[in-house]
Amino acid sequence: MREIGIKHIEELYVDVPQKFRLKKRLSLPKPQPEHEVKRHVEALLSKNKNCRDMPVFLGAGCWPHHLPAVVDFIVQRTEFLTSYTPYQPEVSQGMLQAMFEYQSMICELTAMDVANSSLYDWASGLGEAVRMAVRLNNRTEIIVPKIIHPERLATLQTYIEPLGLRVKSVGYNPKTGLLRLDELKRQCTNKTAAVYVENPSYLGFIETQVEEIGEIAHQKDALFIVGVDPTSLGVLKPPGEYGADIVVGEGQPLGNHLNYGGPLLGVFACRGEIELIRQMPGRIIGMTTTLDGNKTGFCMAMQTREQHIRRERATSNICTNEALCALASATYLALLGPQGLRELGETIMIKAGYAMKLLSEIRGIKAPVFELPHFKEFTVNFDKAGKTVKSVHQALLNRHGIRGGKDVSHEFPELGKTALYCVTEVHSEDEIERLAFALKKALSGRKR
Amino acid sequence: MRGDVFKQACWDEPIILNLGRMGRRGCILPAVKEEARKSVGKILTSLPPKLRRKTLPSLPELSEAEVVRHFTRLSQMNYSVDLGFYPLGSCTMKYNPKINEELASGIAEIHPYQDDSTVQGILEILYTLSKWLAEITGTYEVSLQPAAGAQGEFLGALLMRAHHRFNVDIEKRNELIVPDSAHGTNPASGTMAGFKIVVVPSDQNGCVDLKALKAAVSKRTAGLMLTNPNTLGIFESNIAEIAETVHDAGGLLYYDGANLNAILGKVRPGDMGFDIVHINIHKTFGTPHGGGGPGAGPIGVSEELAKFLPVPCIGYDEKHKRYFLDYDRPESIGKVRGFYGNVSVLVRAYTYILSMGAEGLEEAAETSVLNANYLVKKLSQVRGFELPYARGRPRKHECVFSAKTLYKETGVRALDVAKRILDYGMHAPTTYFPLIVDEALMIEPTESVEKEELDRFVEVMKKISNEAYNSPDLVKKAPQNVSVTRLDEVKASHPKTMTLSWRMHKKRNVIKGASP
Repeated sequence: MREIGIKHIEELYVDVPQKFRLKKRLSLPKPQPEHEVKRHVEALLSKNKNCRDMPVFLGAGCWPHHLPAVVDFIVQRTEFLTSYTPYQPEVSQGMLQAMFEYQSMICELTAMDVANSSLYDWASGLGEAVRMAVRLNNRTEIIVPKIIHPERLATLQTYIEPLGLRVKSVGYNPKTGLLRLDELKRQCTNKTAAVYVENPSYLGFIETQVEEIGEIAHQKDALFIVGVDPTSLGVLKPPGEYGADIVVGEGQPLGNHLNYGGPLLGVFACRGEIELIRQMPGRIIGMTTTLDGNKTGFCMAMQTREQHIRRERATSNICTNEALCALASATYLALLGPQGLRELGETIMIKAGYAMKLLSEIRGIKAPVFELPHFKEFTVNFDKAGKTVKSVHQALLNRHGIRGGKDVSHEFPELGKTALYCVTEVHSEDEIERLAFALKKALSGRKR
Repeated sequence: MRGDVFKQACWDEPIILNLGRMGRRGCILPAVKEEARKSVGKILTSLPPKLRRKTLPSLPELSEAEVVRHFTRLSQMNYSVDLGFYPLGSCTMKYNPKINEELASGIAEIHPYQDDSTVQGILEILYTLSKWLAEITGTYEVSLQPAAGAQGEFLGALLMRAHHRFNVDIEKRNELIVPDSAHGTNPASGTMAGFKIVVVPSDQNGCVDLKALKAAVSKRTAGLMLTNPNTLGIFESNIAEIAETVHDAGGLLYYDGANLNAILGKVRPGDMGFDIVHINIHKTFGTPHGGGGPGAGPIGVSEELAKFLPVPCIGYDEKHKRYFLDYDRPESIGKVRGFYGNVSVLVRAYTYILSMGAEGLEEAAETSVLNANYLVKKLSQVRGFELPYARGRPRKHECVFSAKTLYKETGVRALDVAKRILDYGMHAPTTYFPLIVDEALMIEPTESVEKEELDRFVEVMKKISNEAYNSPDLVKKAPQNVSVTRLDEVKASHPKTMTLSWRMHKKRNVIKGASP
């Protein structure tokens, strides 16, 4: 203060009008030493139960997976953790190369040419994808499947509301769950900006007609947007091989914790045409050389799309993204490798298949509701047992310490009393058998 | 003279997709019991052949140790707050307390759809945090949902829309005003929310030109987005008149929270008349920036606007003494993302505020402002650099210098200065922003830096000034002491040469002569 010639710190706030100045301290707790903070927060956290305390069969956009210890170790490297957007690429080569590697691995998974270095999550990524489609073809309608995560749909609607786009939803075959192609054909016109489909679907089954759906979209020159759970791409055909123009998805299952639903990792990839790339949202890292051409290096590319350059004409407003989650995913995918990814998909399918088999043997349960192969999640219907999902799940939790799937009865009333169960490689056979046992018990009780 | 002490690691580390050997694996997955395997049969054949993946993705095949070495080597080529001075203006690169990391890991395995009864602890943390943020910003209610500041801005602009629609005014009110010194996210967010952007110029003091603002507002005005202190680090003292002008025209006032750090405990956006406020958790509340994210961008609003906030909000039921997710908000604009927000980031912020308390936050603000003004004083004496706008008026958390004179006299640009700073083992300030300053260097020291470090930065700037006047090529060729010399950013973005993925590289192999 002496150096800058002031006697009191308040002299630096003289230009803040007195009438607005806070006259008393903020009403917040007193400062606390680390020890007390730790005790306090740990006491609060101990009130939670988590997936280690009890078997949890929830998924629906946020899925429990095994995280190799290496992933957290790398993500906590302070050089990555406490850096920011690589505005000075020469001192940020580490994160830049890692992001380029993440983008590259996402491209390999999805069989697309270009991926950005992350968006916030799948839901907002879908919003961005649709906005990108509209920038490309200036059309006024968008087609989504009726079987879609309601929160994802809600987010999409928020993102496109200012554009005044009309959302058309295409129904499904009640027996198979598959999208009704005849209805899609009728709905898809030269007003359609894009057709969006998810594979695996929100309810876990595999949409087998993706190729046909893409063709219908392309016949009307609409874009074909595909949403994926990337853990399925070791066993399922990648969207790039069935005509996708844009791929979105949730990267959380690739090496990120549940964290009560956030942060997540918005995966975003598209075909390599320059027209598409110019309309992409989000940061993209490119490989280049030093100016003297002697050495390979990395920097932000196509920045003229971004808000800090293009301002109101930017393709998106995104600045801070989910880089660290993308780093986790790059690490995870490097550990797994191609065989590991295949094995992951297969293990998930075996365990989910085993669960479906055991559950479907229980009287009063239909699992799954749709007669199709499923990936990680599947529907369980309690109509024949005459009980609501809520009452069954209450019994599971209170008497058996098991958290059942997500109640989707209100989301899809036509499916009756139905829940969406998730089984991944982390669920042991023992836990699956305990679930079956507990469900049997819960259903054999008196009807409510 | 060279910055001969500092040398950043320089590993010649290949792209990971070019590493490893067939058959190597870095992790073993949980086992499958034979019984389960048998009971489902050959599961992959249950997939229709046309839906099966024929060729596996070309991911690298590496051992665990190889993966660790690769990413550890990369980390050594990444400058960060924990390595040293990081005065990146507008980004508030303050120190990130380590206890927060430890405690936030406590929520890693909680699923967002668990029953409220099993997540009372985390709900209490989120509920309390939202109340604290409301207190700090002087707003009525806070939503924790946005994943970042820009998403908070987008949400804020949507709330303006909702407000004007509610008043059956949306058709007319389609203009959003931003100052010419605003962050790029402001106009971008406004456009995303469907508004036409109207730019108002700054006056000779670097503040909003009141006359121009009065001329810009009309019945078409939806609102004004403003950061205060502004991007020059100057407090908009006319805030009462600005607020009155916008409100009288029927518009709303939006506070961009990027610069909140300067005024914690001193003055609150809500009290200044702002109706909507976003908070950059990763800036003001000490959570790590993660190489670009995740952050969190909660948004606080006045009582009138609270009904439009996205669902769910965190509620507390006094009678049953339990916290819950409140979806019962019929006027809500809906959702801007899945689930509830970047929760693990928010837990770190909770821990930060708990450690700092009201006194600590205010002290952080004061120290950050003191540090910025110390640099104003010291750097004003360095040849070639000057402080544009409102000389003599105190800055808040940051200051913007212009290297215009240096450029004119030596040919050394702000960009060159920034690159040369890297050679001395420090991060560069933000450059060429705000746009109203030529050859801008935007410096935000934050409170997490000792006087000795500030003095060292001043010394570095003096050295660079001397270099510029005596051997300008030294500065123009910087950096030399870091992992790579200057990069060809044009090549990185040119349609003919851009390489945005390894797949693209394999397809086109554009960068010849270099061996990645």
